[in-house]
Amino acid sequence: MKSSCYIPSGCSISAMMSESGKRIDGRAITKSIALMHDRSNGLGGGFAAYGIYPRYAEQYAFHMMFNSFEAKGVFENYLKDHFYIVHDEEIPTRPGAVYEEDTSGINIEYGMNPITESPVLWRYFVDVPGNRTQFVSESEYVFEKVMEINSKIEGAFVASSGKNMGIFKGLGYPEDIAAFYNLDEYKAYIWTAHGRFPTNTPGWWGGAHPFGLLDWSIVHNGEISSYGINKRYLEPFGYRMELKTDTEVVAYMFDLLVRRHNIPIKTAISALSAPFWKNIDKMPERERKIITAIRQVYGSALLNGPYSIVLGHSRGIVGFNDRIKLRPMTCARKDNMLYMSSEESAIREIEPNPDTVWSPKAGTPVIGELYEEVE
Amino acid sequence: MASIPPEFKVSIDSARCRKCGICVNNCSFGALEFGDDRVIPDDSKCVACYRCVSKCPDNAITITNYQWANRGNANWTPETTSNIQKQAEFGGILLSGMGNPRPHKIIWDHLLIDACQVTNPSIDPLREPMELRTYLGKKPDNLEFVENKEGEIELATELQPQVKLDVPVVFAAMSYGAVSLNAHKALAMAAKKSGTLMNTGEGGLHEDLYQYSDNIMVQVASGRFGVHNEYLNTCSMIEIKIGQGAKPGIGGHLPGEKVGEEISKTRMIPSGTDVLSPAPHHDIYSIEDLSQLIYALKEATNYEKPVGVKISAVHNVAAIASGVVRAGADVLTIDGYRGGSGASPMVIRDNVGIPIELALATVDQRLRDEGIRNRASILCAGSIRSSADIAKAVALGADAVVIGTAALIAMGCSVCQRCYTGNCAWGIATQKPELVKRLDPETAAQKLTNLLSGWSFELKEILGSLGVNSIESLRGNRERLRGYELDEKTLELLGIKSAGVGQ
Ligand code: SF4
Ligand code: SF4
Repeated sequence: MKSSCYIPSGCSISAMMSESGKRIDGRAITKSIALMHDRSNGLGGGFAAYGIYPRYAEQYAFHMMFNSFEAKGVFENYLKDHFYIVHDEEIPTRPGAVYEEDTSGINIEYGMNPITESPVLWRYFVDVPGNRTQFVSESEYVFEKVMEINSKIEGAFVASSGKNMGIFKGLGYPEDIAAFYNLDEYKAYIWTAHGRFPTNTPGWWGGAHPFGLLDWSIVHNGEISSYGINKRYLEPFGYRMELKTDTEVVAYMFDLLVRRHNIPIKTAISALSAPFWKNIDKMPERERKIITAIRQVYGSALLNGPYSIVLGHSRGIVGFNDRIKLRPMTCARKDNMLYMSSEESAIREIEPNPDTVWSPKAGTPVIGELYEEVE
Repeated sequence: MASIPPEFKVSIDSARCRKCGICVNNCSFGALEFGDDRVIPDDSKCVACYRCVSKCPDNAITITNYQWANRGNANWTPETTSNIQKQAEFGGILLSGMGNPRPHKIIWDHLLIDACQVTNPSIDPLREPMELRTYLGKKPDNLEFVENKEGEIELATELQPQVKLDVPVVFAAMSYGAVSLNAHKALAMAAKKSGTLMNTGEGGLHEDLYQYSDNIMVQVASGRFGVHNEYLNTCSMIEIKIGQGAKPGIGGHLPGEKVGEEISKTRMIPSGTDVLSPAPHHDIYSIEDLSQLIYALKEATNYEKPVGVKISAVHNVAAIASGVVRAGADVLTIDGYRGGSGASPMVIRDNVGIPIELALATVDQRLRDEGIRNRASILCAGSIRSSADIAKAVALGADAVVIGTAALIAMGCSVCQRCYTGNCAWGIATQKPELVKRLDPETAAQKLTNLLSGWSFELKEILGSLGVNSIESLRGNRERLRGYELDEKTLELLGIKSAGVGQ
């Protein structure tokens, strides 16, 4: 694995969703993120894809990274103790592969950094044994196990743990990561992608985006300056921040607020990217009461600092910015497709004639929802 | 007294002095007299309050430390020796005013704040909104929502009462009796102007101040002076005083000569009697008893006001704090060993308690470890001197801070530490009408307001340089603090890394 490197700049994110549940292969998203090659530095790229495992749609899909086969062994013993393994296999990869297509980007040199080394990459499709969920919900059970694996099993790391979804990520440019994982062979109704330019946190395979927990995946361009308190807020709820990066708190925050506290996603966003008091005070009463209480109770969940974020989950995507929009995000729609990206060009690269293109305002989430069943 | 050398020396420059006598009239400690057509100082009575210096039209007065022949004895210092001499002369307990003055390490000064460079941009507080608003009170673990008939969501959780602060600074408990009515008025007016709270202390609330009820925290202390139903309902929150940083475990004493008509009415005691606050509350001998008092006060106020508890920072403060929060306190005030006092036995003030920085950090962490941090807001007290101290306290986990001495200094106090004498030359810690009138409530209120507004601007600058635009992103965010010249154990207890360590 490559060592850490500290060069300041941004990152790139891109996301696409078919709200009608049509599954699309990974070439388009790869092309979109490849156009923004210069926004990454080869120290991390990745993709989240929803709808890719119809055969095992009912199982939790664990995408695992291991530092060694020994760690894999320890993990598998653990997994057998806590889950019923329906199927497992090596995640197919092509070491040395590089992105071979062209984009409309000028002066971008693709293919200079083939991915030759990787951790051991394996996926497991598991069921939760029925007798384990007498006192906790199934999702809570899986959550606890993921936390335990990441913090206790040396050299084993859960990249994703949702159903019918998976996260493919590593050290390298995102388009090369796509080639490495053969993403053209997967079909998903939601794709999110990230190209990383690590600055404040070391670059390593587990540290690349997207971050996943259960159904959630996060791609994030920016910094969470409030990380210290967000982390301390999450810890008593059983979240363990092991990934040496600030992005994981975003995923955990959604998990806590939406899955465990049952807060509607839109309302949860008003905790994470809260409106200013001066605007809250002017809101109609019902809304003012809600948002005031949200800020009083979930003040430590406020994500402060510059960011644009796309949250993925099995029913949709949500894109949102920090409170004063210090990082870029553009959205577009075409028919049933919703696009979000750091740059408009990255959307036009794959959809030259969108119906609408807009830049959402700070703190205003853009929400894509599945309104038909996945094909 | 003759055997005790004076602490200070008053020198009058006769070439400058126009013999107007202003200084003589202003010295409330009787250290200056007119005689022989000149001002004759009595050094032994001077307390270095600087009243005369500030009033002299000719700058003719200089107050210096009385120079002892320095025998170079670091053990038997002038202070130690003269304390022994005083006690040999009079017996009894040595009293002092204000907080612990010893030169112990001040941890605040060894904490350094982070700032943004490049990757996370700093924010300009002059161009972007910066929020300091803070709510004190118990918060639920989570919120619940229901959908109404129109399909909109509505808040289903009923929150406990919350007190809004526009600045994360409240004025400390200073009783009417310990300080003058004018001082109380100034604090109340400034609290209203600045959108914060003043604390009545344990001496009740004068009727003239009822109009400020929204900006008043009323205190219930061991003596229960001035506590009645109307008092409890003329405030936005209540505080039960268990301890005070300057004198943990010690009661209070207001000498009879300070108890005039107005104070006697306000405190509900006969005038001219000594007012003794017992060391413990005589109805609190355990945490269950405290809980009963908390709920009795909630009952008395129809559960409409948060009830807080103030404790001093003693060795086991984290466990005590946890008990207090579990007993039902909505706000927890922790007062560190440098906290001020109108009158405190010197031996207690200078030797009992622990630094507020350590107390605050360990309490905040303990409450988080137990998953009950949201159940009470934390107020941090005990020598908060600047906006930097506030930022650091908030980063360690305080919801807001409490200022006593700093507020007095804003009103004119020169920290002469003679509050217990009742002779305060600035009209603050006195009940003598001729001295009280030296303090104009309007002017003093304006100065207090200016101080809070200055500190607010500075806090916003600090937030902006940290790249956040709301105080809750600094609150408990110890990642943005580093310790400098602190030992490993202190760093560990503070929950911060050493300066020089990155993420
Ligand atoms: S006590 Fe105050 S007013 Fe009196 S001489 Fe000393 S400094 Fe001047
Ligand atoms: S309040 Fe008055 S007596 Fe007390 S320290 Fe300040 S100036 Fe001196």
